Amino acid sequence: MPSKPAGTLYRGREGMWSWVAHRITGVGIFFFLLVHVLDTALVRVSPEAYNEVIGTYKNPIVGLMEVGLVGAILFHAFNGIRLILVDFWAKGPRNQRKLMIGVGVVWVVLFVPFVARHLTHVFGG
Amino acid sequence: MDVKVKILRYNPEVVDEAEWKTYAVTLQPTDRVLDALHKIKWEQDGTLTFRRSCAHGVCGSDAMRINGRNRLACKTLIKDLNPEKEITVEPIKGLPVLKDLVVDMEPFFDAYRSVMPFLVTSGHEPTRERIQSQADRDRFDDTTKCILCAACTTSCPVFWSDGQYFGPQAIVGAHRFIFDSRDEGTEQRLEILNDKEGVWRCRTTFNCTDACPRGIEVTKAIQEVKRALIFRRV
Repeated sequence: MPSKPAGTLYRGREGMWSWVAHRITGVGIFFFLLVHVLDTALVRVSPEAYNEVIGTYKNPIVGLMEVGLVGAILFHAFNGIRLILVDFWAKGPRNQRKLMIGVGVVWVVLFVPFVARHLTHVFGG
Repeated sequence: MDVKVKILRYNPEVVDEAEWKTYAVTLQPTDRVLDALHKIKWEQDGTLTFRRSCAHGVCGSDAMRINGRNRLACKTLIKDLNPEKEITVEPIKGLPVLKDLVVDMEPFFDAYRSVMPFLVTSGHEPTRERIQSQADRDRFDDTTKCILCAACTTSCPVFWSDGQYFGPQAIVGAHRFIFDSRDEGTEQRLEILNDKEGVWRCRTTFNCTDACPRGIEVTKAIQEVKRALIFRRV
């Protein structure tokens, strides 16, 4: 079997890229939940161990990761609603681009104020 | 105008690897990509291999990836492609490349055959035509336009990574009969598409809808089949 031809990237539109982003944010959220369940379960081991681990999260790097986490969850949640509408609402497929714009608008409206407030907490001390 | 066309060439009898070759051709802005390919084949390099039959967007032979998107070469005008830049032409993705722009279409046709794309009825043949109301006819009008060019199926990211997936075209082919009031094979076809590799593989990326040269709302057709399966109502 000859080696695969080196083609270009398929130039899909917002539908394809939102699908890619949905997958990436989904996997990212999964890993967050994995760690989250483990560190929360530590309280069953001992409250001191839990406090110690949670204490290590109080630094600017984790603060920035939380920005990414909230951004990912917001996108995944609202794009998920869009996908449900595309599959179950008769007019969904025809309006998918408008729904996509809606996801973007809601994402910006919720994310920008969050980032402003969160970063003042993280860096404002 | 002078246009540069970059084509992904592959000849398994000579080299193992596909390679890009650029050709300079003089064309009218209203020429089609197919005209460019003809000029290259007839005037510069006779070994360039591609499929085309009717050359007017009806037979569905010349689906290829033009500037990264699946299009029919005979329906894509040079002026619509930003001809200042190189125009890239590649074979459609997800099917084995045989030579240059020619791919093995058999896996694609196999998927189509498996959804029984023919009228299924029981009892005696009626002596007169099978009457259907305009409203009933309209329900599947969109999916009758399919020309089996494979532009939709080979634009689907799920199909690229999972060759077992029936693909958008097979679902369009099934949709055409599922929603036909004269047909009696609906249950069988829905069962076939309820398979693990059936409609549930669709991730609604809308690449197929964008790629269809006939303007079929492919993702909408797939959604209608999904809804027919969930609500058991056609």
